[in-house]
Amino acid sequence: MTVLSVEGLSKTFDVHVLDDTQVVGLDGVSFNVREGEFLAVVGESGSGKSSLLKCLYRTYDPTDGRVVYHGDDEVDLATCDDRTVMALRGTAIGYTSQFLNEIPRVPAVDVVARPLVEQGTPAETARGRARELLQALSVPAELWDAYPATFSGGERQRVNLAQALAPDPDLLLLDEPTSALDPETRREAIDLLETALGQGTTVIGVFHDTDVVAAVADRVVVLDEGRIQAVLPIEEFDGEVVR
Amino acid sequence: MAKETTSQHRDESTGGGTPVPTDSVDAALSAVETDGLSGYNYAYLDEHTKREVRRSMLKAVAIPGHQVPYASRPMPLARGWGTGGIQASLSLLGPADTLKVIDQGADESVNAANIRRLAENTAEVATTTDTTKADLIQSRHRIPEEVLTDDQRLVLQVPITDALRKVDPSDAANRRRHAHKNYGKMWVHLYENVVEYGEINIASRYPTMVANRYLMDPSPIPRWDVPKLDDANHLTILAAGREARIYAVPPHTSVEPLAFEDRSFTVERFPEQACHACGSTDTYLVEVSEEPGTTAGDDDTAASFETRYACNDSSFCAKRRENPNLPKDHHLDRSGVDWGPATPDGGENA
Amino acid sequence: MTLLEASAVETIYGPGCPDCLDATGDRAGTNQCPRCGTVVACAEADLDVAEGEVLGIVGESGSGKSSLAEALALERDPEATVNGEVSYAGHDGNLLEVDYQTRHDLRSRDISLVHQHIRDGLDLEFTGGGNVAEKLLSAGWRSYEDVRMRVRELFEETEIPVARMDDPARTYSGGMQRRVQIARALATDPDLIVLDEPTTGLDVSVQARVLDTFRRVQREEGVAAIVVSHDLGVVRLLADRTLVMRHGRIVESGLTDRVMEDPHHEYTQTLINSVI
Repeated sequence: MTVLSVEGLSKTFDVHVLDDTQVVGLDGVSFNVREGEFLAVVGESGSGKSSLLKCLYRTYDPTDGRVVYHGDDEVDLATCDDRTVMALRGTAIGYTSQFLNEIPRVPAVDVVARPLVEQGTPAETARGRARELLQALSVPAELWDAYPATFSGGERQRVNLAQALAPDPDLLLLDEPTSALDPETRREAIDLLETALGQGTTVIGVFHDTDVVAAVADRVVVLDEGRIQAVLPIEEFDGEVVR
Repeated sequence: MAKETTSQHRDESTGGGTPVPTDSVDAALSAVETDGLSGYNYAYLDEHTKREVRRSMLKAVAIPGHQVPYASRPMPLARGWGTGGIQASLSLLGPADTLKVIDQGADESVNAANIRRLAENTAEVATTTDTTKADLIQSRHRIPEEVLTDDQRLVLQVPITDALRKVDPSDAANRRRHAHKNYGKMWVHLYENVVEYGEINIASRYPTMVANRYLMDPSPIPRWDVPKLDDANHLTILAAGREARIYAVPPHTSVEPLAFEDRSFTVERFPEQACHACGSTDTYLVEVSEEPGTTAGDDDTAASFETRYACNDSSFCAKRRENPNLPKDHHLDRSGVDWGPATPDGGENA
Repeated sequence: MTLLEASAVETIYGPGCPDCLDATGDRAGTNQCPRCGTVVACAEADLDVAEGEVLGIVGESGSGKSSLAEALALERDPEATVNGEVSYAGHDGNLLEVDYQTRHDLRSRDISLVHQHIRDGLDLEFTGGGNVAEKLLSAGWRSYEDVRMRVRELFEETEIPVARMDDPARTYSGGMQRRVQIARALATDPDLIVLDEPTTGLDVSVQARVLDTFRRVQREEGVAAIVVSHDLGVVRLLADRTLVMRHGRIVESGLTDRVMEDPHHEYTQTLINSVI
């Protein structure tokens, strides 16, 4: 069953501050994502991987095309109103980027619990779930009540990942969530992702590391200069990101 | 220009006035009675002024608790000594009326005597110290212990008109608050009072809602007297000379001291105390310190003073000395009159 | 569900003339009418706020963001002429036309304003607790114990030391005073809180904690908010949706992350790029 159909998705930036230069981010991207599937997006730096995820999450306004999400209702994420996007973000679609964007001086456990609290989960229940996730990602217990701003890059990324997984979304968009992790922690993060996947979560992820792609992905979307180069089953993916 | 003889007055502006022999105050006053009043209108104020004051009073009666401005005139006594009260009294008095004036509960104080004399001399009214015989009572600090009736009018002298000034010195802002019945700040004052003292601890000028609409400063009467204004039979006029404002509590108007549901308004209590003169335990008592009567020796030490309690209402105290069981509503042909705290029921006390 | 909906809100200072709207705004590059001198503080403002949602309004000083927020928060500047239509779920009719009494009732119970300047919002001679209590007492609370308990609860919720509850507000630090303002705004469980420049006058280290407290309480209570700030960081942290204002007009609006990461309007791009 298809969860997401991306049809002719394009994104052009009008950069007024640079003499109205037009920058093409995505150009006619189309692919489908099946329920429970783990789709990796690969490509060189600047090929449009992050732009694709941001268009799917509507952090970028797509210039053209459709992004049909087959949830309870069929919604075109490229054109639906802001409130529909907000409602889906709260429950069905999760997103995490390389960087943790959080208020300083909020304890890690509350950072992870926040999406649950926002959905209406009682604060203590949400914190309990947050501790489970931090535990699973091997964040040392003594850090749970400390502020992520003081953490190492790897620790912060794990907090970030835990936060993305906390609300148990149907569709999870991951933008290089493991880039700063050491191999061992990365392994744990991947295990956790696979567990999430086992529970029916669909993942679209951008990974820095072809090992991770090989380990977790079912299919691979290869991007180059904003266009789809290939969509391959993982078995056919040789690790070459361009051509 | 008359030459100053034995006068120690500093007033030298005798040009145009009546030369007064000033051997004594009494001599001066008797001179005023014979000559000085010619040319003055009945009841000192001219008729237009009195009419204006009465119009303001009518408006005040129509809007209970609301402060009505009036053109307060200079009076032959200093502002702050009852100039508002005397203007109200003089505007109401007629030759058939009997006036009582009390200051701090006593008829004999200098200030009360002066005001009484002014009314006597200019309005030709009879005066009394007996609350029950007065048609009009002018008072500062107290409402008499004896129940007032629907034939009587009470004029209270008011130094500060606006209860809200305690919480905000801006009269303009306070007028807006009154207009919109916005008394939040006064409630905060009560709240902080309870925080600080565990109870509402406001000695006098207790903020009071009139007819569930306007917040009123009931003048410096003790809390003891505030409940007497609620659903009273008599009319109360509150008049301020310096601030030129008149407000009123008409008969049978609800008067409710501000209080919390769980921190109620309480009146002063005098546990285990009785008036040393008449033995009353149901009247508003004040502490009096007196030198022991016999010796006139070293009075520097506190031990040479004796603290006793006495009725503040001296006229009623005199009656109680005659008849210790006299109820506060003895002059009424009914019993069970609710009049202030601890009012003995006429039937039970008879 | 829509809580508040505003259309064609405008606040002007001056006599006004038929050219005022055309001669001001983003394209004209000014908020002052060149013909009659009228200052069009904000105009043609359409917006809506859903229950529990946080709307950010950003812009530089003079952009009209505070004028717009004040109109929505029922603040009235006697010097200004305010037009337009604001409907609110808890009231029949145009909020811009309510009388004093209705305005007072709405401000006591439904719509709270946290003033930019602490002195406009607090009586510093009252205790911190008294300032919060005032909101409850004005709304008709008459049980001392209930008021006391609610004030204590709000102090805990907004992380003000309860031990300082009965000290005069003037003895509080700036951050604590701001928290008292927030506690006061929350006291009667309003539907909407308008925060005007919530970080003004606070140290950077204090700002973050105050914002975090507000965000947590806002989410827990499900109260909607309009946050006005010249600081993009404040809006990024608090707001679900954001309006960008310039020369008295809304020039761009959208999801906060979209406005920040994919700004469409030239001015917004400049604004984002000027942030270090």
